[in-house]
Amino acid sequence: MRRPATILVLLLALAGCNTIQSPLDPASPQAHDLNRLFWIFVAVLGAIWLAVMVALAVALRAPRPAGADPLATDRGRDRRFGIVITGLAVATGVMVLVLTGLSYAAQRRLFAVEEEAVTIRVMGQQWWWQFTYEDVDASRTFITANEFHVPVGKPVKVKLNAVDVIHSFWVPSLMGKQDLIPGRENDIRFVAERPGVYRGQCAEFCGLQHAHMGLLVVVEAPEDFERWREAQISAAQPPTDSERQKGLEAFLSKPCVMCHTVRGTPAGGRTGPDLTHVGGRLTLAAGTLPMSRGNLAAWIVDPHGIKPGVNMPLIKLDPDELNSIAAYLEGLK
Amino acid sequence: MSATAATNEASDLRDTALDGPELRVRLSKTWGTESGLWGALTTVDHKIIGRRYLITTFVFLFLAGLAAVAMRLQLAQPESKLIGPDLYNQLFTMHGTTMMFLFGVPVGEAFAVYLVPLMVGTRNIAFPRLNAFSYWVFLFGGLFLWISFFLNIGPDVGWFAYVPLSGPEFSPGKRADTWAQMITFTEVAGLAVAIEIVVTVLKQRAPGMTLDRIPLFVWAVFINSLVIIFALPAVVVASSFLIMDRLIGTHLFNPAEGGDALLFQHLFWFFGHPEVYIIFLPATGMVSAIVVTFARRQAFGYLALVLSLIAVAFLSFGLWVHHMFTTGLPQLGYAFFTASSMLIAVPNGLQIFCWIATLWDGRPDFKTPLLFVLGFFFIFVAGGLSGVLLASVPLDTQVHDTYFVVAHFHYVLIGGAVFPILGAIYYWFPKFTGRMLSERLGRWHFWLAFVGFNVAFFAMHISGLMGMPRRVYTYTAEMNWGALNLVSTIGALMLAASFALFLFNILRSMRVGAIAGDNPWGAGTLEWATASPPPPHNFDRIPFVTSREPLWAERDSLPVVTGLRVDNRELIASTVTEARAELREPSPEPSIWPFLAAIATGITFVASIFSPWAVVWGGALVAITLIGWFWPKGSKEDEG
Repeated sequence: MRRPATILVLLLALAGCNTIQSPLDPASPQAHDLNRLFWIFVAVLGAIWLAVMVALAVALRAPRPAGADPLATDRGRDRRFGIVITGLAVATGVMVLVLTGLSYAAQRRLFAVEEEAVTIRVMGQQWWWQFTYEDVDASRTFITANEFHVPVGKPVKVKLNAVDVIHSFWVPSLMGKQDLIPGRENDIRFVAERPGVYRGQCAEFCGLQHAHMGLLVVVEAPEDFERWREAQISAAQPPTDSERQKGLEAFLSKPCVMCHTVRGTPAGGRTGPDLTHVGGRLTLAAGTLPMSRGNLAAWIVDPHGIKPGVNMPLIKLDPDELNSIAAYLEGLK
Repeated sequence: MSATAATNEASDLRDTALDGPELRVRLSKTWGTESGLWGALTTVDHKIIGRRYLITTFVFLFLAGLAAVAMRLQLAQPESKLIGPDLYNQLFTMHGTTMMFLFGVPVGEAFAVYLVPLMVGTRNIAFPRLNAFSYWVFLFGGLFLWISFFLNIGPDVGWFAYVPLSGPEFSPGKRADTWAQMITFTEVAGLAVAIEIVVTVLKQRAPGMTLDRIPLFVWAVFINSLVIIFALPAVVVASSFLIMDRLIGTHLFNPAEGGDALLFQHLFWFFGHPEVYIIFLPATGMVSAIVVTFARRQAFGYLALVLSLIAVAFLSFGLWVHHMFTTGLPQLGYAFFTASSMLIAVPNGLQIFCWIATLWDGRPDFKTPLLFVLGFFFIFVAGGLSGVLLASVPLDTQVHDTYFVVAHFHYVLIGGAVFPILGAIYYWFPKFTGRMLSERLGRWHFWLAFVGFNVAFFAMHISGLMGMPRRVYTYTAEMNWGALNLVSTIGALMLAASFALFLFNILRSMRVGAIAGDNPWGAGTLEWATASPPPPHNFDRIPFVTSREPLWAERDSLPVVTGLRVDNRELIASTVTEARAELREPSPEPSIWPFLAAIATGITFVASIFSPWAVVWGGALVAITLIGWFWPKGSKEDEG
């Protein structure tokens, strides 16, 4: 029975280690709450497992003499066994009640409703995320994709819908997951407590590229967030140099515009991610590649090599066009 | 009583008139199966059919295991290009679907088909032709699924096939239909066997086998059969609705037309959670049988064990929503399902305590079957406890659909079902074949499987907690999941190697294993009272049961019941609770009609994924075969 010790060491090491997408690395009161509850459960259940294994080990010592009648029983012994087992069954029941109580209390805290400062509507689709920042003033509503920013310390409400199939929105450091179901609306709330970049990923199998449906949440100081929001609300800046100008022209003359929007230009397609400020994002293709001009070009030239089955079609471009489009998009900060 | 019956009375040969070898020869002839292809297609012997069922389910286990190995190789390192998403999605769908529907459910039934008639002391299962039919339907369903896979139309929507992903819009082609129709095949087969088991246990027990003398394995598969009868119709509804949406344009699951995507999940999990217990319950019966035999002590807390089984069976119908904790249903309702899910720990715990008490008071003999049961304790208890964690709504929102869940249910299903099943194979193989499996290889098999399993699946708890979702065909190196996945792959390869060793042991022992004799383990239940392998009629004379462990109570000579006919297939129908002999009941002769009916059913099911009219024409075809099946024979079996 040397396993429990190993297990514990492994788990503790794990608790300390830093990852960008782990429920054991909480960055919100909600995720902290869940993390605490998790360790309470692990401690209680681990202790029970250990106790059962010890009992089993003791049971295997073989006190009964060889050749004894297998049907012979000792009444007194049986009664003692009966009492112990009844006690253990009752204890199991009590444990269940206590853990249910703890769980329910956490559930109530977790799903408590607090007046939100920011409301973001998430649309899950094969295989990327669309984020709409809602605002009572319609002119301040804007759309972005695969990455969103929230202010630190402010309650955020995320409304969840899906366009095509079921997806699940999960940023473990901030909050537990919640499904996006066509025809239904779910929501979750959280308050991010420390600045940083947190990764999330679709958690419900949604087809060929379920593995490549990541997203990033950038948590920043309220001033930075406001600056970011204002920038996002504004339309794309026109290109300043000739290469990017060429890129814009190529972009507008190709089928790109059938699916993508760049606000401030005639491109107004709705089926793909909004690219108005795509160059300002940290990743592209839903968390698949780091953002760079080279990766933009690689993605445009061969989306199916990177995400087989993706809905973005292959578009014939000559090298010049490709480079200038990549340069243009990279400049859309 | 007509004139013919009177004539037959005259030629009536009873077992009171014969004895010894002659009785055995005459009964073997009456109950035997013809040799050759005709005999193979027409047999209604529960042992032959049970053996086929077992072998077929193990073939599927090996196939699904190979699919798992392929997935593990793909995941061994980040961004591996070994297997693309299209094949990977088919692989995990095939793995899950096969393990659940073509191994998990039918393997328990296969053991039951073989063992229940022997353990309750009768000569054949109830409705033996239905039994033959069910095997063929099951076989055709399994072949249909795997042939589709090799033709690249294997399903790729997961073993749960959630809509809308599996619906007409997002899964064009026939892949999802293959999944849905495979369900129909296996459910028809599964329901048929469940009904046979229920009737065999209730009406064919040997005289004297009162309810409190039924072996625990028989209790387990009996209760399991009741669960099957109530749970399977829900998934048949789900898969049929899915086919209707896909084939004839209903919109039952299409939210755009007023349908509901969550309806599918409710229907699926209303079956899907009992399903887990359908896989687990027979295994508890195996654990009971092995613990009792190798602890050399009758089961401690027989009544508690039986009541636990019943409690688990009931509770298993009240848990399904814990698979849907992240779908946004009302919070208070969720809390109820947290409580009910955790509550099932109480009867399961009670069973564990009773087994430990039996071992405590007994004298454990550490043969391979017991080793596998000890492995079961180690793994299953861990898996059961991580299940308590998953039952908590808030915690489930973090670990649901991650590798933590993958780890949990493999602990529960491999630990809770596969380990006992492997132990059961070592335990009953001598009865099935007349030869012992090698103990030495058995020990190697056990340790390799035990270590390999824990290496593979313990690591998955951690990768899940590090944020790795299920059903991803790859991941990037930055996620830091590479090392853990490599560990899992190494463990999986060890587990696969252990199964290769197991296969070798089986093939070798079938030819050169030690001769077993009637009762090699000195066990107490009735299947060990007859030869290994048992003769076609199971028992020369039907035993009379005076104890829960008849062979321990009556060591020298088992009391028997006499008066059954020898020249005719006849068995005893007994009363439900006290098992008093009630009637001499004729048992059906071999027939080709179940095979033909299964072919007609298979044609209907396969064709109906292409055209709704197949249901009409196929229905007529099935009706023809059923008319043949039920045509009055005027033969001896109809005399009654």
